[in-house]
Amino acid sequence: MSAERSIHRTRPRPGLDAERVRADFPLLAQQVHGMPLAYLDNAATTQKPRQVIEEIERYYREYNANIHRGVHTLSMRATEAYERARSRAAQFINATSAQEIVFVRGTTEAINLVAQSWGRSRLQAGDEILISAMEHHSNIVPWQILCGQTGARLRVIPINDAGELIIEEYERMLGERTRLVAVGHISNALGTINPLDRIIELARQRGARTLIDGAQAAAHTRVDVQALGCDFYAFSGHKLYGPTGIGVLYGREALLEEMPPYQGGGDMIKVVTFERTEYNDLPYKFEAGTPHIAGGIGLGAAIDYVERLGLDEIAAYEQELLAYATEAARAIKGLRLIGTAAHKGAILSFVLEGIHPHDIGTILDHQGIAIRSGHHCAMPVMERFGVPATARASFAAYNTPVEVDRLIRGVEAVKKVFS
Amino acid sequence: MFDLKDLYQEVIVDHNRRPRNFGALPDADRKLEGFNPLCGDRLTLYVKVAGDRIEDIRFDGTGCAISVASASLMTEAMKGKTLGEARKTFESFHEMVTARDGGGRGAALGKLAALAGVRDYPARVKCATLCWHTLHSLLHGGAAPVSTE
Ligand SMILES: Cc1ncc(COP(=O)(O)O)c(C=O)c1O
Repeated sequence: MSAERSIHRTRPRPGLDAERVRADFPLLAQQVHGMPLAYLDNAATTQKPRQVIEEIERYYREYNANIHRGVHTLSMRATEAYERARSRAAQFINATSAQEIVFVRGTTEAINLVAQSWGRSRLQAGDEILISAMEHHSNIVPWQILCGQTGARLRVIPINDAGELIIEEYERMLGERTRLVAVGHISNALGTINPLDRIIELARQRGARTLIDGAQAAAHTRVDVQALGCDFYAFSGHKLYGPTGIGVLYGREALLEEMPPYQGGGDMIKVVTFERTEYNDLPYKFEAGTPHIAGGIGLGAAIDYVERLGLDEIAAYEQELLAYATEAARAIKGLRLIGTAAHKGAILSFVLEGIHPHDIGTILDHQGIAIRSGHHCAMPVMERFGVPATARASFAAYNTPVEVDRLIRGVEAVKKVFS
Repeated sequence: MFDLKDLYQEVIVDHNRRPRNFGALPDADRKLEGFNPLCGDRLTLYVKVAGDRIEDIRFDGTGCAISVASASLMTEAMKGKTLGEARKTFESFHEMVTARDGGGRGAALGKLAALAGVRDYPARVKCATLCWHTLHSLLHGGAAPVSTE
């Protein structure tokens, strides 16, 4: 048995037991094309544990009702569960209070909310917004729209060949006109973990606001918004073992307080007359209309779930998987890793010489292995690395070294098809 | 279970590795771009038409094996064909890769039948048809780049 297989023998170790985690995910126990499913597309969305599925089902079976407006028992129960989820989300990222947690559809809506509410009311022609060259389209396009509306300028912090943000360049770009720095916590296309402490500290020194796109981080590393000192932090439930259609915008209370509403409607008001409307308190000011109640409750259950596994345990386990997969991938001739930062989340983006990522995706699917191929909603990253697309395997707490082995063998099989 | 060999037939692997009629056509009288924004496949088609006939046809660009092989096979098949024949082949090809039973057209398509396998891979049909939609638009005087979305 080769040295690289030793990971099997060093297990089980204290910490996370992936086999037991797997048992919580009914979907994983299926075959695809006659092979056991190896789901390695977790950066796109994660699977859901039965604890989440059952909680959502319980809501619909037992206490479905609209929230914040009924005196009847079901409505009170639903309200309580929804608000409990908000408190759980606040604790999860160590917000000061639940008022700082705005429920939204996901990371994308969270960023759009900040752009349209904070940005549109604050920015003027000549102001600058800094983003990085590794951002997801959802942390690019809302700012482009805002720039079109206000005359502000979008500037892009470059990255090096490993896919790391060049901090010296960032420092030089930060200036008097910088009003906002919006960067990802972990890059979905490259895996890079950004040095948020430094990025945020520098921005604060210049009086710029900060928004962190935490879509790829929330399920994989501990997030503490107070320790980070960021102004806004966004994440999606569906990448955190929770449902789609629900996510969180964290905003510092004082900032949210000053911001105008994002959308108008029910629930976000206190008093409405035809002459004048008094807006509701935080966070309801930003939550017009009936929200995704089941989603919020499901997200609360998902947070309970990952807290039970332990974020530190998840992170340590996924780092081992990544190291194991990276070493094995490097041994494949003709394989080029895209994203080789010193600090990376468990994302393995790669290309094979002479073989298009789409063909890799199809041939792996045939072996029951689900990866993503394409530009990963980060076309500028593809351009930066001179590739039209990459193949990407992204890991979660339920993935195993055996699945990594299958991925590696699968890639060898891909090469054989084209040899 | 579908056999992967039905998709990646030897003809396809070969045309992907050594695409025929690859590279710009300097004296083309029409050219048009085709683009698949979902996967980034991008090709440019060059055609020289003499009277009612496709006198020459070439392509360049980047894409997956299916899209490159499909474009390569298409140029081979279309060279020397009349515009009417080209339209008929386009329709037969489209039917072959989208109809449940393949429209029974495979046999009439000669080498192009190598692509019949994509029928079982809905996510890949657009890879095979991008070049054909581009040709179709080009022959109908289209000037705007063709997009699969
Ligand atoms: C880094 C990053 N930002 C933002 C998003 C957008 O998340 P959502 O589609 O859940 O709004 C994603 C997910 O694809 C992502 O990976």
